[in-house]
Parts: sequence; C-alpha cells; structure tokens
Amino acid sequence: MPATVRVENLTFTYAGARRPAIKNTNLEIMEGEYIVITGPTGCGKTTLCRCLNGLIPHFHQGKMTGKVIVNGVDTYKTKVSDLSQTVGFIFQDPENQLVALNVERELAFAPENLGLPREEIRTRVEEAMEMVGIEELRYKAPYELSGGEQQRVAIAAVLTLKPKILVLDEPTSNLDPVSARRIVTLLARINRDHGMTIILVEHRLDLVASYSNKVVVMNNGEIVVEGEPRVALSSDYVEELGVGIPKILKLFKELQIDRSKHAFPLTPEEAVNILT
Amino acid sequence: MITAEEIWFTYPDGPTALRGVSLRIRDRELVAIMGENGAGKTTLVKHFNGLLRPQEGSVTVDGLNTLQVSVAELARKVGYVFQNADHQLFSETVYSEVAFALNNFGYPEKETRRRVQQVLRLLDLEKYRNSSPFSLSGGERKRVALASTLCFDPEIIVLDEPTIGQDGSQKKKLGELIHSFNLEGKTVIVVTHDVEFAAEYAQRIVAMARGRIIADGPSKKVLTNPKILEECALLAPQATQLAQRISERVKGFPTELVSVEEVASAIREFLGG
Repeated sequence: MPATVRVENLTFTYAGARRPAIKNTNLEIMEGEYIVITGPTGCGKTTLCRCLNGLIPHFHQGKMTGKVIVNGVDTYKTKVSDLSQTVGFIFQDPENQLVALNVERELAFAPENLGLPREEIRTRVEEAMEMVGIEELRYKAPYELSGGEQQRVAIAAVLTLKPKILVLDEPTSNLDPVSARRIVTLLARINRDHGMTIILVEHRLDLVASYSNKVVVMNNGEIVVEGEPRVALSSDYVEELGVGIPKILKLFKELQIDRSKHAFPLTPEEAVNILT
Repeated sequence: MITAEEIWFTYPDGPTALRGVSLRIRDRELVAIMGENGAGKTTLVKHFNGLLRPQEGSVTVDGLNTLQVSVAELARKVGYVFQNADHQLFSETVYSEVAFALNNFGYPEKETRRRVQQVLRLLDLEKYRNSSPFSLSGGERKRVALASTLCFDPEIIVLDEPTIGQDGSQKKKLGELIHSFNLEGKTVIVVTHDVEFAAEYAQRIVAMARGRIIADGPSKKVLTNPKILEECALLAPQATQLAQRISERVKGFPTELVSVEEVASAIREFLGG
C-alpha cells in the first residue's frame, strides 16, 4: 500500500520562537489508516497537523526544514487551496468554520468556490449530507444547531471537497459524551466504508483509541512512541509522559494481569471477554 | 451556601434555558454539574455570581439575594472561571491578567505580587509570566483564567468545563487542586461533561437535561444509572461499564462502582484475578 503522507526530517520553528515546535520528525501514513496523534499539551501535535495541510509554511510564519509529501505532492511547493482538495481539516471549535446561513448553503460553499458545475455541486452536497447523516438539518441555521450537529456539518462541508485525508484537531473536546461518541463512530464509518485516511488529534483516548489502527505519541516536538494502540498505550513511559490512557487499560495495569497472555484491552467490551 | 429556588431563565430571542431549577449547595461541597450540550449548566452557574439574574424564582448566596446585590459584591465571594478563556482574558501579559482583579479589589502592590507569584507557580505558569495570554495554547489560556480567579481567594469557586484541552497529567493536577481547595474548606462547583473526571473527583453529581435537573445525588448513584445517563447524554465511566458487563455474566458482581480502584478490587474478589 502506498504512503499517502510522508514526513521526512521535519523541523519547524515558529517566527519569534526560540525552540522548534517540531524537530527531526519522520512519519509515514498509509492510505486508509486511522491514526490518533496524542501527547501532552505543547508537544507539537497541532503543529504537525498544520504541516499536513500546508498551513505551515504558507500561513504560519517560521523556519521549516525537511519535507512533507501529501498524496505525492510537496506541501512546500503547493498552494493551501490546492491541498484543501486532498486534505480536509476540522478544528476544535466548529463555530469558527461555519459561515453560511443554512446547512445546505454551507455545504455548497466550498465546491462553489472551486467553480464546479451546478449539477456536480448538488451531487456533492447530497453525498456529503448522506455520509454524515445530516439530511434533517438541511435548512437549519448554524446557530440553531447543537455543538455536535455543528461539528457534523463542519465535517460534511469538508467532505464536499472529496479529500483523501481528513485531519481533525480535537474535534470532540467541546462535546458531551454522546455527541462525541457519535463523531468518533462517524469517522470510523467514513474510514471503513470510503477508505478515507483519518488523522485525529485527541486527548480523550478513552473514546477514540479503540477505533484507530495506530497511535502516535509526541513529546517535546518529537514522535516518541508509535504503534498499535493496545501496545503503544500499555507502556509505562507513555503514562509517565502525562498522556491520559484509557481507564480500562489503567485497570488492567492495576490488576497486574500478565501482559504476555493478553494484549491490554481498550474498551469494556474487550475487557469483559478477557476477564470472564 | 447557595440556594436556587424554582428559577426560570430565557435568553432574549433565545431558548428557555432554565425551567424551574431548585438546588441547594452547602458550604464545603464538591459538586459536578453535568449534562448534554445546551442542558442549561452554564446558565445555571452564571446565576451563582450574579452574571445572570433569575426571571422567576430566586438565588441566594450566603443569605444574599442575587437580585439585591451587585456583581462586584458577589464576584469576591464567588469566583467564576469561564469555559472559553478568551471571553475572560484581555491583558497584555499573563502577570497583569492575573493581577487585574487584585488591583481592582485594592490589594497593596506587594500583596498582589506575592499572590500572583504563588498562583502562577501553583498552575505551572511561571515561565509565561511576561508572555501574552493570547500566545499560549488553549489549555494554557484556561489555566491563566483559573489563576486570575484563584488569586483573590474566593470562598466559592465555579469552574466551567475546566478539563477541555487539558492532557492527562494536567487533568490529574487540576483534579488534585480542586480536591485540595475543597479540603481547605472551599465550595467547588464544576460544570463538566467529562465523566471520568467527575467520577474521580466529585462527591455529588447534579445531572441536567433541557433546562431541568434530572438527578441529584452521590456520583456512585448518578453515574451508574443508565436511565439518567441516557436522558442527560452522558456515558457511564469506563470502569462502571466494565462492572456492568461483568455483572451480566457473573452473578452478584456489584455495578454501583465508578473508580478504577473499586472495580479492580471487585474483580480480585469475584474473579480471583
């Protein structure tokens, strides 16, 4: 399988900062993977995301060395607007992302700006609505939506550009648990049914870790652990870094269950099958 | 003590956010107010420091009716830390942000310096003393907002979604901090949808949905009750979910457990693990 994202020896220092936010980072993400990036506040995970969609170096000023190749193109040499058709970006606070008067107009906004034909715009809007399950919100204004609905609309709006990769920076942190779970399972479904690559930055590993096929842990601007979530998050080192490991995993550590027999579970479902 | 009696509140041109809420919070309690987005949690706690006044019903804080006292008077008693730090922060440096309230309350310069220093150390913000609050990360800005409230030492501290954007170790630190305020005799009210955090630190949970209180009781009762959780768009803590699943297979396994330690010891007892 080809790598859809390749980060090579990447170092980036924001203008005015003394130390790099990311240093000597290498990362390969295969097409169709579901990656969770985590780590203590200030570890560089948001900066890494900004490098994937070209906001760095084109929008945020600073010094960049190394290379970021996304879907075969070098982000340094590609405009953010061109990259936006490959990499969709979702922020923590969807309010900052919604601009139109109603949901349907919101979804049509980006493809209209690309100058696509009317029919194509209509098809894309309908497809995105269906993928995310927001048909019933079609004529609602952004302010009439709950936080979880706003976030789903923001995701649908990005999907109208048909990106290959979806990058989400703590998309659930303002949401109640049920709305948050809905977003996370939605992403899992988009990943499974459409093969879209998902790159999710999160602190709430209880909620997201079990859906991912790889967890990347960062600290001080570097990737320090990378691997299958049950393995990566089991290491005491990761817990000592201040990463909030899932409570179920913590419980298994507390029980001192022999790790060689069972991989540590991430969810109550996995745990009950090991225990009983 | 805070007493809310049958309070109703509707935002201008907006929804009715509170529909007859009655609640009593005694001194030295540590309470979490939980519920789905839009349940009315923030609207409720904004009544405790006079930022909002009830349109019907009454709120009294230590015997003072909030309709009859100024926000300034209440602000010293009830420190409110906003959910969105950007609604609270405005100064050029972290130091002046934190010192602002103290200057306003007329503390002498030397005392202000001492208190700011102390609270910046407590919240691990010393290194940002001369930085602009707006150059910090979201999680750090939230800690600055917390610092600017803690420094004037209010008797009642209200924290609105303090765990958002905080990593595991900061969350733990925050929880321990809240716990220690409580031990010092302060009343702490935390608005949160973080069930794991509430399970670990709150003694009492007030669960809200659609402008009403749905349940009010010890966290062991509220966070383990599927009906309440569903109505308030909450999920049980992971440890509770595991206990409930084990109980479906192991007769007599307790289900009213919320912490990792409790569930671990029940597993040792029942399954000999």
